[in-house]
Amino acid sequence: MNKITLIIKREYLTRVKKKSFVIMTLLGPLLMAGLMLVPIWLAIKDKDIQRIEVIDETKTFINQFVNTATLQFKHEFRSIEQAKSKFYDENYTSILYIKNADKTPVVEMYYKKQPGFSTIINIENTIENVIRNIEIQSKFNVTKEQLAEIQPNITVKPISITIDGEEESKNVGISTALGFGGAILIYFFIFMYGVQIMRGVIEEKTSRIVEIIISSVKPFQLMMGKIIGIALVGLTQFLLWALFTGVIYTIIVGAFSIETVTSASQTGNLMEQANITELSQNPYQDVMDGFKTIPVFQLLISFIFYFIGGYLLYGALLAAVGSAVDSEADTQQFMLPITIPLIFSFVVAQTVMENPDGTMAFWLSIIPLTSPIIMMVRIPFGGVESWELVLSMSLLIIGFLGATWIAAKIYRTGILMYGKKITYKELWKWLTYKN
Amino acid sequence: MDLLHIKRVYKTYAGHKALHNVSIHVEKQRIFGLLGPNGAGKTTLIRIINQITAPDSGELFFENEKLSPKHISQIGYLPEERGLYKKMKVGEQALYLAQLKGMNKGEASCKLKEWFKKFEINDWWDKKVEELSKGMAQKVQFITTVLHEPKLLILDEPFSGFDPINTNLIKKEILELRENGSTIIFSTHNMESVEEICDDIALINKSKKILEGNVNEIKTACKSNLFEIVFIGNMIAFTNALWTGFELIESKQNKERTIVKVKANNPSEMNDLIRAIINDVKIISVNEITPSMNDIFIQKVSEFEPKEVLEEEENE
Repeated sequence: MNKITLIIKREYLTRVKKKSFVIMTLLGPLLMAGLMLVPIWLAIKDKDIQRIEVIDETKTFINQFVNTATLQFKHEFRSIEQAKSKFYDENYTSILYIKNADKTPVVEMYYKKQPGFSTIINIENTIENVIRNIEIQSKFNVTKEQLAEIQPNITVKPISITIDGEEESKNVGISTALGFGGAILIYFFIFMYGVQIMRGVIEEKTSRIVEIIISSVKPFQLMMGKIIGIALVGLTQFLLWALFTGVIYTIIVGAFSIETVTSASQTGNLMEQANITELSQNPYQDVMDGFKTIPVFQLLISFIFYFIGGYLLYGALLAAVGSAVDSEADTQQFMLPITIPLIFSFVVAQTVMENPDGTMAFWLSIIPLTSPIIMMVRIPFGGVESWELVLSMSLLIIGFLGATWIAAKIYRTGILMYGKKITYKELWKWLTYKN
Repeated sequence: MDLLHIKRVYKTYAGHKALHNVSIHVEKQRIFGLLGPNGAGKTTLIRIINQITAPDSGELFFENEKLSPKHISQIGYLPEERGLYKKMKVGEQALYLAQLKGMNKGEASCKLKEWFKKFEINDWWDKKVEELSKGMAQKVQFITTVLHEPKLLILDEPFSGFDPINTNLIKKEILELRENGSTIIFSTHNMESVEEICDDIALINKSKKILEGNVNEIKTACKSNLFEIVFIGNMIAFTNALWTGFELIESKQNKERTIVKVKANNPSEMNDLIRAIINDVKIISVNEITPSMNDIFIQKVSEFEPKEVLEEEENE
């Protein structure tokens, strides 16, 4: 068997057979499922119906509050003092007190248990609407019925026009989610498994097996075998995670009614409720339409490319770091310059999404160290020209080859160097060594 | 015939001379001692033989062929700084290392079982290396080094970490390997074991080879013409009996016996000495004092470097 395949096999099998791998593979999806479950659980818990006693001194809001699944309003015609004194004898969870004032009413809420943010927003919106409507009715002599007819429902539909005059509408929400999701995956993959490469190299160095191995294989083979083997471990773990998460998600969706999940995902999003966003008639159709506008095939191919390319680039550099030090504690000084571009691109991803075709987005998606993340953020927005993609990918390949070349030089000297504190000057010397 | 011929090898690391014009012949089926003080360049030379690093200039020949990667499977290397993957099982790991040397799995597994039986370590197969003691791990390393039956074995301090019993076991195996046709390059600081098992040696100091040859011949060449005589009789009579060719170095009285050291000024036979004194004292024993490898090592190394250099270095 080819020696490099032997190394890949060993790197892969020893890691996959580890208990920690099995535990992480099983635990990962459970954590993900947990993240999905919490909002659902909270939503169910929130079903504790809030009974709100309304003391309305202005008498304007009678029957204006609409009962919902979780909120029940009841008007009581008594003084606030009476209501407060009887608060704990009665069944109400809170008292909504609307005080008569000069222009706008003063509203206070007395509670036993703190009302949720969304409850307060709901009440505020209702009161504001009622006041607005009353003002309009009285000032402009409009009847209630006329007012009800005027209920504009507007959503802005962004449409791009290409140079050939082709029009395309985009769903920014989906693009953002996809871009960010892809970037997160690449970021974590590089970090988690890149560091494993480094650890693996340090392990071989400190256990002193490295000299035995490189008397049988070339250091470059050992390094590449390790990088590829660990990549396969990572891919295996990601695939299993995706699979398990899917299974668990299906079970959860099956266990709760679809309705619950949908309402949960709505309650989960406070902003959405706060703004009373206009949901279109068929949100599912909307999402599907949104997907149609995203270059799915291009996205998938690029994701795989940047996923692997970014990992190989950083993996080679981290292997070099591992070879230069004697223990993980010494890696700090060399890790920093490598992780800065990675963390930086993750941090600016948000800004890039605001302006996916801007100058910063362009350059960061071209430079090899940042391109794996930034390009993934840009692609779902559809504005990436083919030549940009080709340039970015070529530079990533060149970057990877260059990094591997440098790493190999540092690696083959570093793995045989013990007990010496390595400086950048020293590393430079290693690069210039012959053979 | 030479198994390995190292021809005028130079190697410099960033201004530091590691090897300077080193040429060595290693004959087939011999145990060849590669000696030298720390930092002399031994490890560099060994790494060059293992093709871990390449020389700046110079050539190496393996059985009269230029040394190339295809010879890797015919060399077994036990480095001084050695270890195993701690989390891997012993058997699995030995199989992996054997496969890296080009053996196929079935063959390697078969041979490994034989060795494990021979060393009585059958029940270690499924143990993790971290559960083994240092000596136990060394045994496994030795096996993985010799498993693929290499023509050339390079052992760097093979006895370190072994108790006397296991040292003997390994010594026996090394000698047996030689009988079966292997050639062994043996690097050590333990001069006793050199005398015991080496056929030939080379001494490297400060990146240069300063001595090479058969152990017995070197010892003969380095003998200082010193004799130790134990006798009963008058010391004055003894001194008078020594003719001008001999010089009394020291004498000690032990009850009625006298022990003296005598140096022959020109190479002399023991017979001449005996002839000179046989009529005057009662001889108990006469021994020629041959230098140990230890003495030769120290003598050659200190001869090689001028005193000032040594002192300078010590002051640093």
